[in-house]
Amino acid sequence: MKLDCKHVWEHISEYIDKTIDAKLQEDIERHLEHCEICSAILDSTRNILVLTADDRTFELPVGYSKRLHERLTKELESSEKDPEKE
Amino acid sequence: MRMTETNEAGLIARILGGEKELFHELIRPYERMVYLTVFSILRNEADAEDGAQEAVVNAYLHLTSFRGDAKFSTWLTTIAINEGRKRLRKAKTAAEESIEDQAEAHEGDYTPAPLTDWREIPLEVLERKEIREALRGAVAGLPDIYRQVFTLRDLEELNVEETAQALGINANVVKVRLHRARILLQKRLVPFLRTTAPPRRWFFGRA
Repeated sequence: MKLDCKHVWEHISEYIDKTIDAKLQEDIERHLEHCEICSAILDSTRNILVLTADDRTFELPVGYSKRLHERLTKELESSEKDPEKE
Repeated sequence: MRMTETNEAGLIARILGGEKELFHELIRPYERMVYLTVFSILRNEADAEDGAQEAVVNAYLHLTSFRGDAKFSTWLTTIAINEGRKRLRKAKTAAEESIEDQAEAHEGDYTPAPLTDWREIPLEVLERKEIREALRGAVAGLPDIYRQVFTLRDLEELNVEETAQALGINANVVKVRLHRARILLQKRLVPFLRTTAPPRRWFFGRA
């Protein structure tokens, strides 16, 4: 089946995740071989996903982990004093 | 790195058996995940931190109700989502739309930004504050239901089924929302990154 660009765009996300059926995956691959626009859209989308998923993009607040474990220590202690508390 | 499920099950059994302080160890690999989940709902650092702490404490207090049929990470994510939603409901006035009302009504344009070539933008650009801000801003600008799916799938790397389970929606809805989120990000970020970030290839010797 010959795919048009719009059809490819509709499946870009699933193509990246490889969650579409093998036939469609193959048709898209064939389309990408000769379509500069769809290839660039795919590459840019993948690249943006890599950039957003990097730990530097969404940093945790400074001291978050320390404060979390301090709070947890308090909770663990108080639950020890009160064995009825689940 | 996350521990294997067997180690985790062993840890949980020991915690329930009385070695409570091991809960610190159990939660450590998921601290970031819990924070990002709550942040995806509240979009504010301080609120997200409070919510994340509360979610972790809740997970500890309700650990006996954890059943091995779901992964611990999915179970924990569900708790984080519930905590985030609870706080959001409190913060919102009744006049504003609730999360539940935001059905699949976003009849927006989910066409990617067209371009004919893309030279990969290297991870080094993340050293630049304005790039990180632009990426965060683009994610923050997604409609809530898309941002939450995107966070679970692409930032926390839960799979489709785990994301569906944690958010209480079906797998196809996860796929549709994820697709739209990714396209919206591409559309918003491509024009910015092309003009702001240098591409992968460098031209040495250029005057």
